[in-house]
Amino acid sequence: MLNDLSLVEARDGLRRRDFTAIELTDAHLAAVAALNPRLNAFITVSAKAARAQAAEADARLAAGEDRPLLGLPLAIKDLFCTEGVRTTAGSRILEPFVPAYESTVTANLLRDGAVFLGKANLDEFAMGSSNMTSAFGPVQNPWTRADGAALVPGGSSGGSCAAVAARMALGATATDTGGSIRQPASFCGIVGMKPTYGRCSRWGIVAFASSLDQAGPVARTVEDCAVLLGSMARFDPKDSTSADRPVPDFAAACRRGVQGLRIGVPREYRNDNMPAEIEALWQQGLAWLRDAGAEIVDVSLPHTKYGLATYYIVAPAEASSNLARYDGVRFGRRVDGNDLLEMYERTRAEGFGAEVRRRIMIGTYVLSAGYYDAYYLRAQKVRALILRDFTDAYAQVDALLTPTTPSAAFAQGEKMDDPVAMYLNDIFTVPANMAGVPGLSVPAGLNGQGLPLGLQVLGRPFDEETVFAVGAVLERAAAFHHLPAIRAGVPA
Amino acid sequence: MSYVIEGRDGPWELVIGLEVHAQVISKSKLFSGAATEFGAEPNTQVSFVDAAFPGMLPVINQECVAQAVRTGLGLGAQINLVSRFDRKNYFYADLPAGYQISQYAHPVVGAGSVEVELADGSTKRIGVTRLHLEQDAGKSLHDQHPTKSYIDLNRSGVALMEIVSEPDLRSPEEAGAYLRKMRTILRYLGTCDGNMEEGSMRADVNVSVRRHGEPFRTRCEVKNVNSVRFVMQAIEAEAARQVEVWESGGTVEQETRLFDPSRGETRSLRSKEDAHDYRYFPDPDLLPLVLDEAWVAGLRAGLPELPDAKRARFVVEHGLSPYDAAVLVADQETAAFYETVAAGRDAKLAANWMMGDFFAALNRTGRSIGDSPVSAAALGQLLDLLADRTINGRIAKEVFEAMVDTGEAPGSIVESKGLRQVTDTGAIDQAVDAVLTANPDKLAEYRGGKDKLFGFFVGQVMKAMAGKGNPALVNEALKQRLSA
Repeated sequence: MLNDLSLVEARDGLRRRDFTAIELTDAHLAAVAALNPRLNAFITVSAKAARAQAAEADARLAAGEDRPLLGLPLAIKDLFCTEGVRTTAGSRILEPFVPAYESTVTANLLRDGAVFLGKANLDEFAMGSSNMTSAFGPVQNPWTRADGAALVPGGSSGGSCAAVAARMALGATATDTGGSIRQPASFCGIVGMKPTYGRCSRWGIVAFASSLDQAGPVARTVEDCAVLLGSMARFDPKDSTSADRPVPDFAAACRRGVQGLRIGVPREYRNDNMPAEIEALWQQGLAWLRDAGAEIVDVSLPHTKYGLATYYIVAPAEASSNLARYDGVRFGRRVDGNDLLEMYERTRAEGFGAEVRRRIMIGTYVLSAGYYDAYYLRAQKVRALILRDFTDAYAQVDALLTPTTPSAAFAQGEKMDDPVAMYLNDIFTVPANMAGVPGLSVPAGLNGQGLPLGLQVLGRPFDEETVFAVGAVLERAAAFHHLPAIRAGVPA
Repeated sequence: MSYVIEGRDGPWELVIGLEVHAQVISKSKLFSGAATEFGAEPNTQVSFVDAAFPGMLPVINQECVAQAVRTGLGLGAQINLVSRFDRKNYFYADLPAGYQISQYAHPVVGAGSVEVELADGSTKRIGVTRLHLEQDAGKSLHDQHPTKSYIDLNRSGVALMEIVSEPDLRSPEEAGAYLRKMRTILRYLGTCDGNMEEGSMRADVNVSVRRHGEPFRTRCEVKNVNSVRFVMQAIEAEAARQVEVWESGGTVEQETRLFDPSRGETRSLRSKEDAHDYRYFPDPDLLPLVLDEAWVAGLRAGLPELPDAKRARFVVEHGLSPYDAAVLVADQETAAFYETVAAGRDAKLAANWMMGDFFAALNRTGRSIGDSPVSAAALGQLLDLLADRTINGRIAKEVFEAMVDTGEAPGSIVESKGLRQVTDTGAIDQAVDAVLTANPDKLAEYRGGKDKLFGFFVGQVMKAMAGKGNPALVNEALKQRLSA
């Protein structure tokens, strides 16, 4: 069945003419049609455009053209502006917004021949860890718990991860500000890569927190992520924070192995509340790497405990400013008022959901006169210390291994009344954003209730290659071939 | 004598600081590729960045940075090799992003100074605190529709330099002189066109008053004044208001005010309590602005000669008075015109002609130096005809007027009108004789001791010779005959 192929397998199948790009895209559109009503992973499905792109890919394949992603159907997180295709950021305020421009990352994917199936659901403005904050309804995790509860896919890239896990797409774009690629990838049993800050251009991606946002791929294998990142990444003069450095062959790095690598275990990631099965999985991951020839080293990241608190100052502060442009004046939703101020208030009150409003208020507060020094400035200082933790650790080791999340996917509705409990989901993922280092989540096993759990590999800035190498070794050792419940009954 | 306001209970001194907003001359905006031309149709020079569409990012325009650095160098200021852009957050319809990108905490240019010339011939050095780069906002148009406002984003994102002075100014005259000098320097540097009526240079004026020797009292800021004259008027009006407040037992509150030129008064715009909390923080979309020392040195090497240096050179090399030199350097084109006229000639004579007949002719014809009816070369030729005594000074004025009217070269005017100076002593003697014969009574009076009549005779002889007599020869001939 075409939907069960990995992205690399599908690519090779197309090259061998085992099937056509139209057949491949139709198979995925059929899965979308069958499953999306239940999972709500897509906000917008662009079936017609996808089939046109697939037909063009077939013509190019017939002409002997070879592009890295030619004819491969992907889902695009609805945070990436796509020319002529509505881009909502999961928010009412952008419900009518159709960009006249294509984000650099999606333009790079199109250049390499990808087919876009549609726009994937997400937490509103990428603010959330459950996909419950989307104005277009929650996404359901394709996996189900033993008790049958409908689970969240994680967030904010919940639609992207659910689509890939449910075989509605071969891969997807996602973004990660505090864990928004890695946490939902872990919850959905797939691979997610947050590259180094600056590796992918932010141009054309709706901004949440500019100094933390980074685009990356999600897919079902480590190599698939490596191939996708190879297309997504590129220096972009339109983004001043984009890194002007060559893009290495990430896919080749997946075959390097870990022989002789030093893998760090940050002791501060271990705490008393960690579920035993997550601790056990962590130990298992370390054992796999040791068996593959890596040396395991204890390291310290002493400022880890401040990561989350610092994140929840920096990210809302930047968001409060980044979201000021949604004022109803030039694009998106406008709710008229009797004067300018009333128009602003009505537009933003009706346009933004509760979580976005909460973060705008937190951000506005921490930047206010009299509070700036105590919150924002101090947070930036702590951020520098967190970066130094990583720099010091990477003087001793080549990569770090941690759990991706403190738990498996939770049920829709859980943690909704306690924002702080929700924020704690990101405790293992946030430090990488604060430091700008790359991080990969690999599915490594199931918990007692049959839900996937991920392990996180963190690497040196711009050393995604080592991260992919470690991830690929974990992937081979874990041999994670479990299917989510929604696919379990589908005949192969 | 320093400027004071005479209050009921004694004199008050003024303390003034200016924030000049100067639009940078550049082809494109500070953070986008959109054009900056003035006067284009509304919303035709707007990129998605300027309109703050989702996902758009600013990229610094290096030419704007170079212009700011050139300006800093021209003000003798410190160039900060590392500076930073901050976001100044506030909501307004013509501010698309909801924040202005500005260099709040770390400006690209630090302390410098400007020397101003005052009417009494003295000069004063005014400190410049800093210069920073920032984006301009768009423009709200409130007169296009009965109930709605329209927005023109052409100006949105255009680069401005905000140049902040120390509170060193003590009178409207000093403030006016500072603004004019700043404009001259910016125009010399080619970093701002200085056109206040087009809004490419505007000033915020900080004014306070105090008794002599006191520390500073509370200041008020008069926003967005758009001419030198209005700046001077606004200072007078605001200072007078503050004196009135203090003398009637009140307290001047720190606030932002607007100047109404038609009423000649300032009125409150917003008080300190209503002041925005701009929530400044470093713009995470931009890296710190790091300048290469060699690059700055290259800009320094490319600077033109600035007005102060040029003035000093005119005084030393051309022997001009400081006042004349200052007048001639106030405008770069005028100074260049003068230098062409003076090259290889009597510099003082050139300066006198420029500042006399030439400026008068420009005024009269409403022309600027750029489209002057008399070229620098032609004026030089006229001076040459004077120097080689082809014509005399009086005829030169006549020839100059003909040059203004016809644009013809002075040589051909002299020839066609037969204005060549008469140096034939026979002809001069003949004219002298005729005048003396025709005025026996005046001759008698002169001989009776009325020496002053000498001038009368000179005038009569010149008149008889249609002004073309060589004045020295006429004088000599007359002296001889009268003393005979």
